Amino acid sequence: MSMRDLRNLFLAALALGLVALLPLYDTGYILSIATTMAMFTVLATSWALFSGPTHYISLATAAFFGLGTFVTGLGFQTLPMWVLPIIAAGLGAVLAALVGLVTLRLSGVYFVIFTLGLAELVRQVVTWVQNRTGQRGMYVLTSITERDIYWQLIGMAALVFLVGWLIARSRLGFALRIIGNDETVAKHSGIDTAAAKVLLFMISGAVAAVVGAMMAPRYIYIEPSTAFAPILSFQVVIMALLGGTGRLWGPLAGVIPFTLLWEFISRNAPNQTLLLLGIAFLVIVYVLPGGFVGLYERLRHRFGSGGH
Amino acid sequence: MFFILITGLLLGGTYALIAMGLNLQYGVARIMNLANGEMLVAGGFAAFWVYTAGQVSPIAALLVVAPLAFVVNWLIYRIMLRPLVKRAKSRGALEVDSILATFGLSFALVGIMTWAFGGGYFNYSYLSGRLDIFGSSYAQNRVVAFSIASLIAAALWLWLSYTRAGLRMRAVAVSPESARLVGIDVPAVSALAFGLGGAVTASGGALISMFFTLDASVGVLFTMKALIIVIMGGVGDIRGTIVAALILGVAETFVARVIDPGLTLAAAYVLFLGILLFRPQGLFGKKPT
Repeated sequence: MSMRDLRNLFLAALALGLVALLPLYDTGYILSIATTMAMFTVLATSWALFSGPTHYISLATAAFFGLGTFVTGLGFQTLPMWVLPIIAAGLGAVLAALVGLVTLRLSGVYFVIFTLGLAELVRQVVTWVQNRTGQRGMYVLTSITERDIYWQLIGMAALVFLVGWLIARSRLGFALRIIGNDETVAKHSGIDTAAAKVLLFMISGAVAAVVGAMMAPRYIYIEPSTAFAPILSFQVVIMALLGGTGRLWGPLAGVIPFTLLWEFISRNAPNQTLLLLGIAFLVIVYVLPGGFVGLYERLRHRFGSGGH
Repeated sequence: MFFILITGLLLGGTYALIAMGLNLQYGVARIMNLANGEMLVAGGFAAFWVYTAGQVSPIAALLVVAPLAFVVNWLIYRIMLRPLVKRAKSRGALEVDSILATFGLSFALVGIMTWAFGGGYFNYSYLSGRLDIFGSSYAQNRVVAFSIASLIAAALWLWLSYTRAGLRMRAVAVSPESARLVGIDVPAVSALAFGLGGAVTASGGALISMFFTLDASVGVLFTMKALIIVIMGGVGDIRGTIVAALILGVAETFVARVIDPGLTLAAAYVLFLGILLFRPQGLFGKKPT
């Protein structure tokens, strides 16, 4: 570990510590937005851990997230609270492994299509089971406040950043970058490409499920159509790509402006949120390929201050 | 049982038409068009509007819907997608770009349609009488939709198989690089295929709106089904697409009638899973060497 790594680690820890102090300043509207941002930071960063290097676009976030909220919804009365995220992580990883084993040995298109319908599929199955057992939505009434959720999410964010940092330095991270550049080369140099992709996808699925489990008390009432709302998957993809997946901090740079913009649009013109999503996708493809990270690197390159 | 089979085949016939549209766009123009379902809904909206405003039959509306959809899709390809094809370094990069761009298009279209027509469901009553076939009765509009879908599909198949333009299209589908070497204008053929695919899908939407209640945001469900059919039948394989669409139609009808109407997507996924696990190259595809 070099001096520079140590410095970065120290700065990241300092920033995280400062962010964690926010609830002391405000517990109302600002905290509510900050919680949403923290949630999307964890989701988008973990999404980018997998999709960044491999270029496989996963639209399954909502499925994992919904799974997590249901774990909390079903278990919070009988099990201790700290067990629930662990169960959610396990289930999320298992679901990701199943999806990954089926699709990740094939080309990226199959994966996108399969994940596109996954949240809807799980929703249909859960609704069906609920209808069979005569159960409806459930209330998650706990003493957990938004402040607690916020701190849990900040902790989770720290964990995800740490994992991402470690992966990037590991053999697995190296393997993934080769896969992303040229999968044939990766195969020929002896990398088990399917195993590497499935493993990373499991991490990202487990994280999304944990976030769902943590967020459940915020929603109070949980039913399949809200827990598995597919729009979440698209928001995560947009935020991660808008920020850029080339760096670990990239998604964060997309989460902050997009959450604010989304908040603004859904307050003032709630019917136009889909149009906003559409435009954001088009902007990413046509104006900002590589996201803010790409833009930053192009600018740095042009003005030469980065020593490239 | 027989009733389920016939109802399923009737539904599958319309699915086949939609999936053929997507297959033209993906197989020839190499664009995975995720806004395909929105084109379908737009076709349905047009038929609905023409019928309620002027009492014009949805079948006559096809004469307007199809050319209009062709022009719109042709323009989409020329303006939006051609630059992506040009800048793409590899097929994978083009796939990622076109998936994101057509997602953007899809959301923008849903947003615009919700804004223009409202978020409610819409349906109309056309040929809602019954028709007796082999002792059971079926909705007339379903039978008519199936017949017209079959006619269009047959015409498309004949055109692709027996005309020079169709041959050019199949050549590009097999290999764009080699097609270029024998003097085929690949960008022009791709744009034509994309426009044609859009026209076919929009026509399918106009037909489906005769018996299916649509709303502005239902498109993605049809995109999903069309994608599953195309993969099941094999990319660029018309015969496979038709067979896969009929299978999906029957499977969905079976699940909806026997188990639960809320599980139709699950039925499609079971088929999808089977294909991914055992025949990822499609029903009739050859194993890649």
